[in-house]
Amino acid sequence: MINKIKSSHDEALSGISDGASIMIGGFGDAGIPFELIDTLLAMGPTGLTLISNNASAGERGIAALIAAGRVRKVICSHPRPPRSDIFAQAFRAGQVELECVPQGTLAERMRAAGAGLGPFYTPTGYGTWVAKDKQTCVIDGKGYVLEQPLAADFALVRAHQGDRLGNLTYRLAARNFNPVMCMAARRAIAQVDQIVQAGDIPPEQVMTQAIFVQSVVLAGTPA
Amino acid sequence: MTEPLSLNRQQIAQLVARDIPDGATVNLGIGMPTLVSDYLPTDREILLHSENGILGMGAAAIGDAIDPDLINASRVPVMLIPGASITEHTVSFAMMRGGHLDYSILGGFQVAANGDLANWMTDAPDAIPAIGGAMDLAVGARNVLIMMEHTNKAGEPKLLEACTYPLTAAGVVNTVYTNWAIVDIKDRRFVLRSMVAGMDIDTLQRRTGAKLWIDGGVQTIFLDAAGGLS
Repeated sequence: MINKIKSSHDEALSGISDGASIMIGGFGDAGIPFELIDTLLAMGPTGLTLISNNASAGERGIAALIAAGRVRKVICSHPRPPRSDIFAQAFRAGQVELECVPQGTLAERMRAAGAGLGPFYTPTGYGTWVAKDKQTCVIDGKGYVLEQPLAADFALVRAHQGDRLGNLTYRLAARNFNPVMCMAARRAIAQVDQIVQAGDIPPEQVMTQAIFVQSVVLAGTPA
Repeated sequence: MTEPLSLNRQQIAQLVARDIPDGATVNLGIGMPTLVSDYLPTDREILLHSENGILGMGAAAIGDAIDPDLINASRVPVMLIPGASITEHTVSFAMMRGGHLDYSILGGFQVAANGDLANWMTDAPDAIPAIGGAMDLAVGARNVLIMMEHTNKAGEPKLLEACTYPLTAAGVVNTVYTNWAIVDIKDRRFVLRSMVAGMDIDTLQRRTGAKLWIDGGVQTIFLDAAGGLS
């Protein structure tokens, strides 16, 4: 029998070691797996590369990992949302490296990795700082930049419902980067609001398919 | 001369809103563009897109209507209109980059006569690069409208022959709405469409960093007694 449901957050995150690359879902505070990040902080791996839309806001989540000195590099589209002082201080002190990627390119690089594609051409960033040191071309008068697929060792996502097979749904705008991160990571770990029976989610309403998910853990489960 | 009328942010938003046609799909960028939603004519059905996956975004949510899973690109709780949809990031950005979005309305630091836009980073030495969705929004939409002050705080032009700040996108801007004028970009030239009452072309030209061309007539922007556009 397939059973991806884990009884604790520690078990769900087991195997994350120093130097891992980790995608963390969410946009604003919607869809961020805060409980998984709290457990990751307590577990203590360091030298992490984090891939997320923001490089933290406030003091929880990625900010807490940065403040604890666990993060070597952040790959994100917007490192300076409101209340992002913890990242800014660490970056200016040379403690954290930054790769800033246009938001649509960030998502599409993950999709390419998850879909088994190689590098792809996008018009986003052509003629700008983003195109520096990258291959470019002009097709039918439109300029493009060659971008590379972006995979990761792990993805930590927050979903609404999950079943033992690993099927997921999301509420409203909490979906954002979470599905594509499950595709792009070698192990996707989902913190869910509800665990449901296999078959409870109507098949055509599954938003992330079981094949992309390795672990499911209920939010509120002890670490 | 007496200093001409200078539109405030709400009045610039009104100028933009009246140019959005019925049936359009529109993304409103962070900052001044969000004000446009307050002035969209109620007799036009306009679908607002938000980069985090919403098509059919409604007004800001207050009180019991606030749901932490339903926010806009500025992280503000919002509501949905009947018929709205929500998707994930790759599809949301395909809506922009794929040319499906009719209008992208963005703030600007600088716009050049060839349509170049700079709106994501200044040349301050300690600036941390932060692109967000700006580059995708600027390259993808069929029409890119920019809202900004005509000059910066030092009184220097923001409409220029060439941008000095790092570019957001090259050759993409269609129209610039400022506190003094509406300027279209046609054939790599600034073409003056409208200017506020009391402004004259020579004064506006002195406050603009590249030649203003006139194709046909220039309309005048008047305000009514209540401060609305008339």
